[in-house]
Amino acid sequence: MWLFLLTEIMFFGGLFFSYLLYRNWYHDAFVVASNQLSIPLGATNTAILIGSGFFMALGVWAAEVRKKALLVLFLVITTVLGLAFLGIKYVEYHEKWEKHHIPGAHFDVSEFVNPQAYGLKEQPLAPDMAQKTQVFFSLYFAMTGMHALHMIIGIGLLGWLTFRAHRGDFSSGYVAPIENFGLYWHFVDIVWLFLFPLLYLINRHPGS
Amino acid sequence: MSEFHDPANVVNPEHADHHIITPVTYSIVFATLLLFTGITVGAAYVDLGVLNPIVALAIASFKAVIVILFFMHVKYQSKLVKMTVAAGFFTFLVLVTMTLTDYMSRAWGLW
Repeated sequence: MWLFLLTEIMFFGGLFFSYLLYRNWYHDAFVVASNQLSIPLGATNTAILIGSGFFMALGVWAAEVRKKALLVLFLVITTVLGLAFLGIKYVEYHEKWEKHHIPGAHFDVSEFVNPQAYGLKEQPLAPDMAQKTQVFFSLYFAMTGMHALHMIIGIGLLGWLTFRAHRGDFSSGYVAPIENFGLYWHFVDIVWLFLFPLLYLINRHPGS
Repeated sequence: MSEFHDPANVVNPEHADHHIITPVTYSIVFATLLLFTGITVGAAYVDLGVLNPIVALAIASFKAVIVILFFMHVKYQSKLVKMTVAAGFFTFLVLVTMTLTDYMSRAWGLW
């Protein structure tokens, strides 16, 4: 399982490196685009995901001490919190859709060229730099989208594991599938632990 | 060595010594993670100059390390697993360093 996670480090690592490079190239565009994201929603999602990871860890413990009912309960809570995360992610994506902040032919730079007209306290960007906010949003959707895809796959696996746990497969000392899935789930958590500060938090003071 | 050690599992290096982490430990880790999430959000609203990203990434790295050590059980695993995990992150850092070196040296003075 760890070897698979190492390949995942490299996979997400490529995205993180693109972010690092483009943030340096188009710093001004990244700052204003990043400030479009909601810290309260992002922080809530971080707490939800940490909670999901906590219950997954408890699930591993329940399998190890062979408590079947608790294991099923913890797996279900893990699933519910995972779905809550995706629900909030949907709200955030929907807002980007409505504001035409999804990169492509219909992308709208007006909020970045003329922020005062929208009641924003950002510095206005020149039109060419304003176009570069699309790079930020491309990376935002690529990174959070791949992260969400991992969570959707994880939730699918959780359903299957919950079914097998209910059948009693993991209550007799055979815990490897639960443990390995736990590793995967925690890895996806860790990716978010880095995505949250990079995408939401570190650009709030553009003057510096 | 726990009471639930499975002798059929000893050839698996990840199970050389199966340690069961208690819910108490998990709860402490959970509380710590939530606390540092609060700290990192609070720090984002304070203008720390160039330190803002550094503080945010330091907190994220700290949180990742305790997730890896406790939630992912690496603290209680064999040396082989620890080396594997460390090698993964180390290799990633090597790749970032070398790629950045290349990019920066091609646009010398513009960074």
